Amino acid sequence: MTAPSAAAAPPSDPAGGAADRPVLEVRDLVKHFPVRSKSVIRRQIGEVHAVCGVSFDIRANETLGLVGESGSGKSTTARTLLNLQPATSGAVMFAGRDLTKLSRADMRPLRRELQIVFQDPYAALDPRISVNEIVAEPLRIHRSFGADGRGQVRELLRLVGLNPEHGNRYPHEFSGGQRQRIGIARALALRPKVLVLDEPVSALDVSIQAGILNLLRDLQEELGLSYLFVAHDLSVVRHIAHRVAVMYLGRIVEVAPAARLFGSPAHPYTQALISAIPLPDPRRERARRRILLTGDVPNPISPPSGCRFRTRCPKFAGQLTEPERNKCVDEVPELVDRGTGAPVACHYAEPLHLLDSPA
Amino acid sequence: MTDTAARRAAEREFTVRERTQLQLTVRRFLRHRLAVASLFVLILVVVFAFVGPLLWRYDYAQFTPDNSVAPSLKHPFGTTEDGKDELALVMRGTQQSVKVAVLTAVAATAIGAVWGAIAGFYRGLVDALLMRFADLVLTLPLLAVAAVLAGNTRGSWWLIAIVIAGLQWAIVSRIVRGVVLSLREKEFIEAARALGASDTRIIFRHLLPNAIGPVIVNATILVAVAILYETALSFLGFGIKAPDTSLGLLVNNARTAVDTRPWLFYFPGLFIIVIALTINFIGDGLRDAFDPRQQRIRQ
Amino acid sequence: MTEPKVLEVADLTVEFPTEDGVVRAVRGVSWTLGAGETLGIVGESGSGKSVTSLAVMGLLPAAARVRGSVRFAGRELLGLSEEALSDVRGQGISMIFQDPMTSLNPVYTAGHQIIETLRAHRRGMSRQAARERAVELLDIVGIPSPAQRVDSYPHELSGGMRQRIVIAIAIANDPEVIIADEPTTALDVTVQAQVLEALERATDETGAALLLITHDLGVIAGHADRVGIMYAGKLVETGTVEDIFYTPRMPYTLGLLGSLPRMDRPEGRLTPIAGSPPSLLNLPPGCPFTPRCPLAADVCDATEPPLIGTGRPGHDAACHFHDRLVDAAAGEVFATTSADAGGEGSAP
Repeated sequence: MTAPSAAAAPPSDPAGGAADRPVLEVRDLVKHFPVRSKSVIRRQIGEVHAVCGVSFDIRANETLGLVGESGSGKSTTARTLLNLQPATSGAVMFAGRDLTKLSRADMRPLRRELQIVFQDPYAALDPRISVNEIVAEPLRIHRSFGADGRGQVRELLRLVGLNPEHGNRYPHEFSGGQRQRIGIARALALRPKVLVLDEPVSALDVSIQAGILNLLRDLQEELGLSYLFVAHDLSVVRHIAHRVAVMYLGRIVEVAPAARLFGSPAHPYTQALISAIPLPDPRRERARRRILLTGDVPNPISPPSGCRFRTRCPKFAGQLTEPERNKCVDEVPELVDRGTGAPVACHYAEPLHLLDSPA
Repeated sequence: MTDTAARRAAEREFTVRERTQLQLTVRRFLRHRLAVASLFVLILVVVFAFVGPLLWRYDYAQFTPDNSVAPSLKHPFGTTEDGKDELALVMRGTQQSVKVAVLTAVAATAIGAVWGAIAGFYRGLVDALLMRFADLVLTLPLLAVAAVLAGNTRGSWWLIAIVIAGLQWAIVSRIVRGVVLSLREKEFIEAARALGASDTRIIFRHLLPNAIGPVIVNATILVAVAILYETALSFLGFGIKAPDTSLGLLVNNARTAVDTRPWLFYFPGLFIIVIALTINFIGDGLRDAFDPRQQRIRQ
Repeated sequence: MTEPKVLEVADLTVEFPTEDGVVRAVRGVSWTLGAGETLGIVGESGSGKSVTSLAVMGLLPAAARVRGSVRFAGRELLGLSEEALSDVRGQGISMIFQDPMTSLNPVYTAGHQIIETLRAHRRGMSRQAARERAVELLDIVGIPSPAQRVDSYPHELSGGMRQRIVIAIAIANDPEVIIADEPTTALDVTVQAQVLEALERATDETGAALLLITHDLGVIAGHADRVGIMYAGKLVETGTVEDIFYTPRMPYTLGLLGSLPRMDRPEGRLTPIAGSPPSLLNLPPGCPFTPRCPLAADVCDATEPPLIGTGRPGHDAACHFHDRLVDAAAGEVFATTSADAGGEGSAP
């Protein structure tokens, strides 16, 4: 076991000085998508509230896990943050500038610093371009493909664990895991500070996932990268994230250092999510306490008033009194520290112990 | 232990059959027998049209002493009433027709592909304006417009080609727009955007190369269409003008002589049919070859 | 295993002829399913796990060449006519697929489809009785206010609800066997937990045996009695769920467990398996896991190991060196060397 302690240790020491200053700050980010009627005149008949006032920081050399189920707005948050689609309101502060206010031209130089790796390694690489050219493209776009451009590309391929000799092959000649490595090499070509990883392993087979996760950890250590790791799989996030933010229906419901979030989750949704992820361990899996949710995620066109989770919340349904429930219906719970040590957006947050560490 | 594993992995790496997209496409095309046979015939026709005149003893403009001779060893396709060798004429005619057709296909494809790609890429108002214009072009009665415009071409083959292309590109633009609309949602386009790529780069580097399949297929169809239009225009007297000749002109000149000198009508007619048919079959073959659904079964 | 076997698969082979040659998707698989038991079949994409289940149900395309034997309650299913097979499918064996819309008809209500299924095999059943039973079934699979939902169309329901309707249809005729092929893969985790719960209740209620096919070892850990691990078209290890998870004896199983990120075990690096699964086209002789295996030796290239006993009853592994894995940890066997950072071998 050669655990790289720097990357593995949860950042429980916030006295880190300069290293702890946020590299990227997201404040009250909102993204609504218009819903139009299907008639000839496409009137706007509503809005999908995909992201509703999301705030978080990403610190230097840190991995922030952004977790949620489908429709939680996690991927929209990632794309809006990179200004790949315009934000409805809010701010994304990076290097002293608000990215949401920047034009495409002004954004271009900043793209060197902020890169993204996509979920589907089959769709994210242009099938008609050789791997060398795919990795060289960012350099060419930013006019830094100099005399040693080819050497740089070879170095990048080596960095992500690919054989540079295979650079003139085409994407379809590679397996899923290798393609994901190509995508990572492309994202690293401009030496970014922040890497957004949008479900980077969820399309891969289990035996391949581990290699990519290890690679990402090594790269972070080697290059001092900050990651926003978007995922639906909490087990994966547990392995790679220092801090975790849980999203539900466009809002962050809880943010905490990974160890705390998994050890004593305080939001009922986080609790249900953790209890729903199966453990590959028959005895523990069968002995676990389960919190089963009822129903499905509500339609984001008309999300519930007050707390958005209340329609599925076991606490709301089973433990609260009528006046307490009224608060859930009427009042949006703010994401603040409620004495549990980390911000949580639940009026009645209460830490719960759900996982035991194996002996 | 791990050395062994690494060595084995390396061995496997190099025993894998390498195949590019192009190789796969070619393989699939070669399985289409009719298309391959058509390609072979078409190559023969092209060689006949472009190399034949260099070898044949008569020039198409040359008057031989033999007037209205039926096909014979000396004049395999016979001669015209003014003593021109029909074989030389058909070779020249095929040459001119093929030139017109290829230029038409290239020009219409180039304009249409860029037009459609821009419309599909920007969508919204740009798309609406560009495509309404393309629709307008599509509604024009092609033959009438071509006849009016081509009347001023003085029989120059490339002007005729430009006129036909000017009316045919709209079809290409529709096809390319459709392909681009679906391609632009692909993650690799978003990836290019995230890298800071310009629109021009995205369109020319990523969108158009990926639309190549349908574009090439349509280009072959255009070749066949253009041959037929050139024939029709020449037949109506708006195309290539004497003393030069084209297949359409030859058929036109011979239409009064179908009964008396049938060879003058049937030989150029046969070439028109052969060229149009083979190109259509090749188009079929290419469509199948580029179709991703033709990928071999993967479990 | 003392209980009677409801489903016995013996030496099942499935081949697909393709333009590049014959793809040997399943290469001699044998297993049995006892009454009321849950057998989990695990494998990564391309391991042949889904093809196996389709072969059992006779649902493979006509081009597939299927050999071997599939016996349901003693009756051979391979080679049966389509008519006879659909009878078996309706009454004896039900199937649940990953996408519920492949089984549901979008133009009929959920209730209608359950009632049709009920009455198709029970001529005497009245419409009223069938409707009552349908509501009951919806209740079993955990659909809230089933009396109203019975009149919903599939498109009015969420993915999780639809999958529960499919489960309700699957148990409508008290089948002996339910085959669930990645039943929760398309669902969110919280919904997955609900659907698995529904599936468990459904099998409890009917006493049906369950063949659970999935790539998710966590789902298997929570729901299977016995487990079969598939790799490159073969079963490479079988045993009780405890055998497989706590004392794996095939390097692939060990590697798979070691490469799995776990919520309850955050420390340390994961142990990936180098390389990627082989192409099932022109598979070389020998053990197909050899190129990725840290234990590989010359004998592995020469002969493919059969599935043989490991010493514990019912626990079989297909490895020449299975005895070397006693008490071995994935991190030690799969040392993270260059193979970790290395590529996963070229795609076929």
